[in-house]
Amino acid sequence: MSSVVTTEQPGGRPKTAGRSFVASSGMLSTLGPLAALILACVFFSLKSDRFFTGSNFSLIFQQTMVVGVEAIGQTLIILTAGIDLSNGAIMALSGILMSRLAVNNGVNPFLAILLGFLLAAAFGLLNGVLVTSIRLPPFIVTLGTLNIAFALTHIYSQEQTVTNVPGALTWLGNTFDVGQTAITYGTVLMLVLYAFTWYMLSQTKTGRHIYAIGNNPEAVRLAGIKTDRLLLIVYTAAGLFYGIAALLLVARTSVGDPNAGQTDNLDSITAVVLGGTSLFGGRGLIIGTLIGALIVGVFRNGLQLIGVSSIYQVLITGILVILAVAVDQVVRRRSR
Amino acid sequence: MATNGVTPVLEARGLVKRYGQVTALDGADFELLPGEVLAVIGDNGAGKSTLIKALSGAIQPDAGELLMEGQPVRFANPLDARRHGIETVYQDLAVAPALDIAENLYLGREILRPGILGSVFRMLDRKRMVAEAADHMQNLKIGIQSMRQPVETLSGGQRQGVAVARSAAFATRVIIMDEPTAALGVKESHMVLDLIREVRDRGLPVILISHNMPQVFEVADRVHIQRLGRRVAVVNPREFSASDAVAIMTGAMAGEKVSDAA
Ligand SMILES: Nc1ncnc2c1ncn2[C@@H]1O[C@H](COP(=O)(O)OP(=O)(O)OP(=O)(O)O)[C@@H](O)[C@H]1O
Ligand SMILES: [Mg+2]
Repeated sequence: MSSVVTTEQPGGRPKTAGRSFVASSGMLSTLGPLAALILACVFFSLKSDRFFTGSNFSLIFQQTMVVGVEAIGQTLIILTAGIDLSNGAIMALSGILMSRLAVNNGVNPFLAILLGFLLAAAFGLLNGVLVTSIRLPPFIVTLGTLNIAFALTHIYSQEQTVTNVPGALTWLGNTFDVGQTAITYGTVLMLVLYAFTWYMLSQTKTGRHIYAIGNNPEAVRLAGIKTDRLLLIVYTAAGLFYGIAALLLVARTSVGDPNAGQTDNLDSITAVVLGGTSLFGGRGLIIGTLIGALIVGVFRNGLQLIGVSSIYQVLITGILVILAVAVDQVVRRRSR
Repeated sequence: MATNGVTPVLEARGLVKRYGQVTALDGADFELLPGEVLAVIGDNGAGKSTLIKALSGAIQPDAGELLMEGQPVRFANPLDARRHGIETVYQDLAVAPALDIAENLYLGREILRPGILGSVFRMLDRKRMVAEAADHMQNLKIGIQSMRQPVETLSGGQRQGVAVARSAAFATRVIIMDEPTAALGVKESHMVLDLIREVRDRGLPVILISHNMPQVFEVADRVHIQRLGRRVAVVNPREFSASDAVAIMTGAMAGEKVSDAA
């Protein structure tokens, strides 16, 4: 029974607690996107003197906030190794529901907003149920619900844009001044939602389990965590974010538009990927998604300012996405 | 019986498990004594993994009973077994590679901050988890610098160390390890074998499944030999050679003849 323990470990007590969490691999993945964002800003500042102004940045944030909030839900789902193609369609349906209820049916606008949120959350839950109970791939499930939500939007709206929406639905489009710059409440709400999600993902059990499930779902199950329940929470929360995005869109445009959000699924995936989150799940930071959404916003805005036609903006976005995914692949392969 | 009147920590009687036409367990018995390393060996398909899954709650046997310290128990799922103090190191380790060591150690058992930060804001107590993770690793003499290191940056042996440390930290009765050295090189295998002894010397009995005879005979106190879904012998590795054990395993030597020897 004599056991001579000869582990290679002369170093004594391991040093640990001092190491900052920020210094670990996660934060590195956002340095690239941040550098890209800053470079883009420098580039456009040199090209156009209208770019680097408070009011233009306020505009970029306004142009970013709808996709930015959808991208939060998208990030949560991608972290679990899923993907959501239905978010723009859910947002459009939710936006049409709240604006039509309030305008055409005279429903109390706050109740209309609440019902819009609930519908979006219910669609998210539906995605989650299909993914967990029938075990269909998220890509297929959300392709299906994309079409369902899209069709419902057009049937329910009768292709009519809803105008004259009441103030409660447009309040988030109002502004307050910081120095010379007018900032919308919607922008603030977006930043608050990002802060909230950062906290949830990095500081709570649920957040860490979301990463773990994207890493190794079997490990999470064996650790005694209810994985299906966790996925349902993620998909439902994502739906709720799409509902909030719907309110932001109505506030920004002052109408309920049945044709809204048709490219938002790809735009939000672009923001997530540009932000350094892995499409394979389990890796990435929510702050990266905000940077990714801003990169897209800055490119759109800047190219427009220097007079590049919008089709080139699409072209450049496409190239950026492929670059970002390629980097992710290479990094992942190296870590194997 | 081979147990000499000592009450086994964990015992199984007549376990049966069928998968359609296949009988994975065909009335298997099993005993784990206090403070021992019990190796479970057997040919491919002999039912080792199935036996271990029944002991760790990952599957439910069709017939037979489980006893812990003489008391009948039933495990509906792995969590149930864990609540009884049984921890399992799975062959594929079941770690989340992008999470750090402390997070992996506490996966599913996270510690929240004291007070309102924990109860209302659900905030994790990272400092405490990191400090305690460092203690656990230190106790097992696993030398790793930072508990904040993602597990994917570790070598195979160090990852195994994390998985073992997790089990050792939370197991109060039994640790089960399924082929813990199968994917490791010589040096790293030795590190894991040392870990197994370390755990055993701290008083926890270990069940070790392995195909590696030299390792089994190096570390085990007793060897459970499984064949065709049942236990055919338990041998003392100091009295039997590895080739005898292989002969029993493959049916070339009758197991019944020797099963009392241990
Ligand atoms: N989930 C399952 N479905 C169907 N058959 C199974 C299942 N699990 C095990 N079996 C069968 O039960 C028998 C015993 O399998 P088990 O995995 O327990 O063997 P083992 O001793 O662990 O083998 P190995 O050394 O190859 O790991 C085998 O014939 C196997 O094919
Ligand atoms: Mg096996």
